[in-house]
Amino acid sequence: MQDFLQQVVSGIATGGIFASLALALVLIYNAMGLVNFAQGEMAMLATFTALSLIQRGVDYWIALPVTLVLAFVGGVVIQRVVIRPVERAPVLTLVIVTLGLATLINGLAGFLFGYVPRSFPSPFSVQTVSILGAFASYQDLGVIVVSAIVLVLMYVLLQRTPIGLAMRAAAHQPEASRLLGIRVSWMLALGWGLASAVGAVSGIMAAPALLLEPNMMQTVIIYAFAAAVLGGIESPLGAVLGGLIVGVTVNLAGAYVPGVGGDLQLAVAFAIIIAVLVLKPNGLMGRGSVRRA
Amino acid sequence: MARMGSRLAALAAFLVAAGACGGSSAAQGGTDVGITATQILLGNTIAQTGPAAAYGTIANAENAYFTYVNNNGGINGRKVTFTVLDDGYNPAKTVPLTHQLIEQNKVFAMFSGLGTQPQVSVRDYLNSKSVPQLFVATGATTFNGDFSSHGWTLGWQPPYQGESRIYAKDILQNHPSAKIGVLYQKDDYGQDYLKGLTDGLGSKASTMIVDQESYDVTATVPSIASQLSKLKSKGADTLFIFATPSFTIGALAIVTGLNWSPLTYLNSVSNPAAYMKIAASKGAKLDGVISVNYIKDPTDPAWADDAGMKLYRTVIASCTTCKPDDGFNIYGVAVAYTMVDVLKQAGSNLTRANVIKIASSQLNETNPFLLPGITVTTTSSDHFPIMQEQVVQWTNGAWHLQGSLINERGTIS
Amino acid sequence: MTALRNAPPRYALVVLVVLFFAGLPTVVTSFQSLEWAGVLIFAIAIMGLNVLVGYNGQISLGHGAFMALGAYTTAILVHRYQLNYLVTIPIAGLLTGLVGFFLGIPALRLSPLYLALATFALAVVTPSLIKRPEGLTNGVQGIQLLPPDPPPLLSDVFSLVNGGQPMTSEQWLYYLSFAIALLLFWVAWNLIRHRPGRALRAIRDGEVAAAAFGVNVAGYKTLAFGLSAFYAGVAGSLYGLATGFVSPDTFPVSLSFQLLVGAVIGGLASIAGPLVGGIFTYWLPIVSSQFVSDQTWIPSQISAVFVNAGPAVTYGALLILIMIFAPNGVVGLILSGYRRLRDRLRGAGERGTGQMPPDHQTI
Repeated sequence: MQDFLQQVVSGIATGGIFASLALALVLIYNAMGLVNFAQGEMAMLATFTALSLIQRGVDYWIALPVTLVLAFVGGVVIQRVVIRPVERAPVLTLVIVTLGLATLINGLAGFLFGYVPRSFPSPFSVQTVSILGAFASYQDLGVIVVSAIVLVLMYVLLQRTPIGLAMRAAAHQPEASRLLGIRVSWMLALGWGLASAVGAVSGIMAAPALLLEPNMMQTVIIYAFAAAVLGGIESPLGAVLGGLIVGVTVNLAGAYVPGVGGDLQLAVAFAIIIAVLVLKPNGLMGRGSVRRA
Repeated sequence: MARMGSRLAALAAFLVAAGACGGSSAAQGGTDVGITATQILLGNTIAQTGPAAAYGTIANAENAYFTYVNNNGGINGRKVTFTVLDDGYNPAKTVPLTHQLIEQNKVFAMFSGLGTQPQVSVRDYLNSKSVPQLFVATGATTFNGDFSSHGWTLGWQPPYQGESRIYAKDILQNHPSAKIGVLYQKDDYGQDYLKGLTDGLGSKASTMIVDQESYDVTATVPSIASQLSKLKSKGADTLFIFATPSFTIGALAIVTGLNWSPLTYLNSVSNPAAYMKIAASKGAKLDGVISVNYIKDPTDPAWADDAGMKLYRTVIASCTTCKPDDGFNIYGVAVAYTMVDVLKQAGSNLTRANVIKIASSQLNETNPFLLPGITVTTTSSDHFPIMQEQVVQWTNGAWHLQGSLINERGTIS
Repeated sequence: MTALRNAPPRYALVVLVVLFFAGLPTVVTSFQSLEWAGVLIFAIAIMGLNVLVGYNGQISLGHGAFMALGAYTTAILVHRYQLNYLVTIPIAGLLTGLVGFFLGIPALRLSPLYLALATFALAVVTPSLIKRPEGLTNGVQGIQLLPPDPPPLLSDVFSLVNGGQPMTSEQWLYYLSFAIALLLFWVAWNLIRHRPGRALRAIRDGEVAAAAFGVNVAGYKTLAFGLSAFYAGVAGSLYGLATGFVSPDTFPVSLSFQLLVGAVIGGLASIAGPLVGGIFTYWLPIVSSQFVSDQTWIPSQISAVFVNAGPAVTYGALLILIMIFAPNGVVGLILSGYRRLRDRLRGAGERGTGQMPPDHQTI
């Protein structure tokens, strides 16, 4: 029982990391009906940027907003330079371009920063608290709290502001939006910038637990895919819930399901993706899906 | 000198031709493919991209040592030319790249190829071509243990199984009632360590090991909390971590986070002080952690004035991409030292057969980058070059040598 | 992504290419034959991917998993059951094709984006799945395969044209791959030109319209998946034989990615594309990491660093550039260049826009 509770609590802690990256995926999806395969690598590069600043003596709390701004600008630039020329192309083209971007950024990070895992500072204490006899660190809880804050901000932005409405309109009804005077292409750029910034938050929050290196996000993105798909790929709340559920399920399946074992955690995430896509493609919180040609 | 060189080359070519025609066996002073009057060509495949790219720096460190030797007169007048190709840790690439090095670049020998699967994938080929596959960068036992069937292949570092037999001995001696939990990486590396531990505990293994949990290399670091929590719940009071550095750092922090304080054993690959310090910064309580060492740790201040460490610093300075504190780099320099030693001993008789003979049965070297007292030794019946290691314990923020060197020679074959 | 009208006089070209590949081992070394066998093996797998992606508009980022299945089928049958390796090649293809066919059924329900996600996840999870059934796959130890001996008769014939040198195992592997590639390219070409090809392309260009014209959409889509997997399975089987060793690390996620890059660079929905793609996929990482380090004028520090980042950066950048500037790949570029040149010579006023006109003919 003690172990069961610990499995759940640890799963929630890991799930927080998956959730935070899944939020960025959801944002891109809402902006242009696309899953960005380079999201994890962009987050990793942003985290390295933050580390470079910190190592040059910049205070953490200054480095953080500076990195977010840089990540936002980076996201906009990537959209303008790389995505815009193909934004009307079939989804296959877009998927290939984001995969190319992921490889490019991964290689670039290896080139710039090397592959030795590095320590990344955390604003939260490494002390642990006991929850009914199970333990979690403030760092773990901090990741979840930050994800919740990002979630609320995203909700307000997308649902309660004119710019959020314009973004959603541009994604769902680009032609009609154009007629209404919405600058569709810039809305997409805004979406990329925001997603990049949210991804940067995710990377910075996850790096203390993951250790920073170019391949840091390579499997996290699979869990984030599972989280986003499970939650319903256009729902930010769904992404967070999905992340936590994936984290807990992966732990429990590894620990208690006979024949699974800890070494098949990733396979469990894979099974979740397949099961949701086949049985309930809209996920837990999704409504209809935007379908691109 | 140049004329002399070309004559030597002509002689060499003649001898090779004579050998190829099934004539006399190579006499004293012969050479083989890959040896010219001025050069010794060595080849290497290693992961410099992809998931195992962190190991890639080993080849750069080895190259730094060869450069150092070349700049200081070379090996009996010849300079080492070291060709490194990136196989991304993928056997499907190791095979054609190795063929390329042997058949196109015409290297004399393969040196320090990385990884168990990649090196197994070319072992039969290299043996069929009678090309030395020297000092592979993996501790899988098969590379030394199967010397009788693969007489052109040799490992260098202490085999993983030998290392965990040392832990088994330590446990049986000092903690005979330990309840052991094992966290291991689900690959040849983790499984070899686990086998050594189980074999070393002998008949007591089944009662002493209460649980063993594995993780896959694709796991994310925080998710191994699941396995550790399970080990804790099974009542283990002694934890073995057979993992790569990132996972070891994570595991140490998570164990403390779970309010669990088992007696912890770490494998040597993950124990450089730099990694321990990262773990400490993540809240891990490390006092009392046990491991073994055979190589000097560049981050350990105890070696600050050590002649070997000073030489290492000099050597590694010529490699601009190498981080001097990275434990993989001193590994590379140390193994390159042994390679140079073998080539020096071969003298003017630089044939593949002679070099493998020296490496596999005539080594008796004191390597300045290894812990004092460790010798790199092979004999006609023993093909494990390094079989001594020293137990170390982490106290007050540093590793401290415990007891004397433990010799595992002869326990595995 | 569309195919091309006004193709150059292609039969002469085909004969030329076939002759080139047939004679190649007589001019390159034995080991280079093995490298070119790798090119042809990739070309087979990419042709499979091309059927699915180029002609049918479905996505797979997981074709490395199918290659793994094919390779392990051969390895297990040869190693454990002592079957002749030649027999195992079609078995590997058929088994993989069957698995692909059944995976194609749930794939029907997925939008292209979700299909990309699901197959990507499959590619990532493949190595850890291989490690599990240790009794069958030998786990992380992998399975070793002996280099096959060339058939004596072929070896004798070969030595006649090769100055008396008998055929090596590498050269035999090359000719085996060449023969199978030739057969499978011919099959694909025939399929594409006839009724099934038209149905596949009609589905790609609009499922609803295709269904309205009486095309069995579900049937053809699963068929495309199965056929595509068959090609990948055969390629995997040859890949295992050529490497002489199969292990989980032989099939990383980057393999699936390389195949997709090859399909795109060569040119989707063309028969020549996969061959060009195979050449690129095989040689690009080797050239980008070795070429630079061989250039003595580049300071060694810079080239050393470039080697660390080279293949990944080159791959990524090339992929993006091709998608933006030449969505029809290298074959598309060459053909549009040829057409423009011809139009110019004929004095035709029509200026090409760089984009292909929509056309369902196929070369």
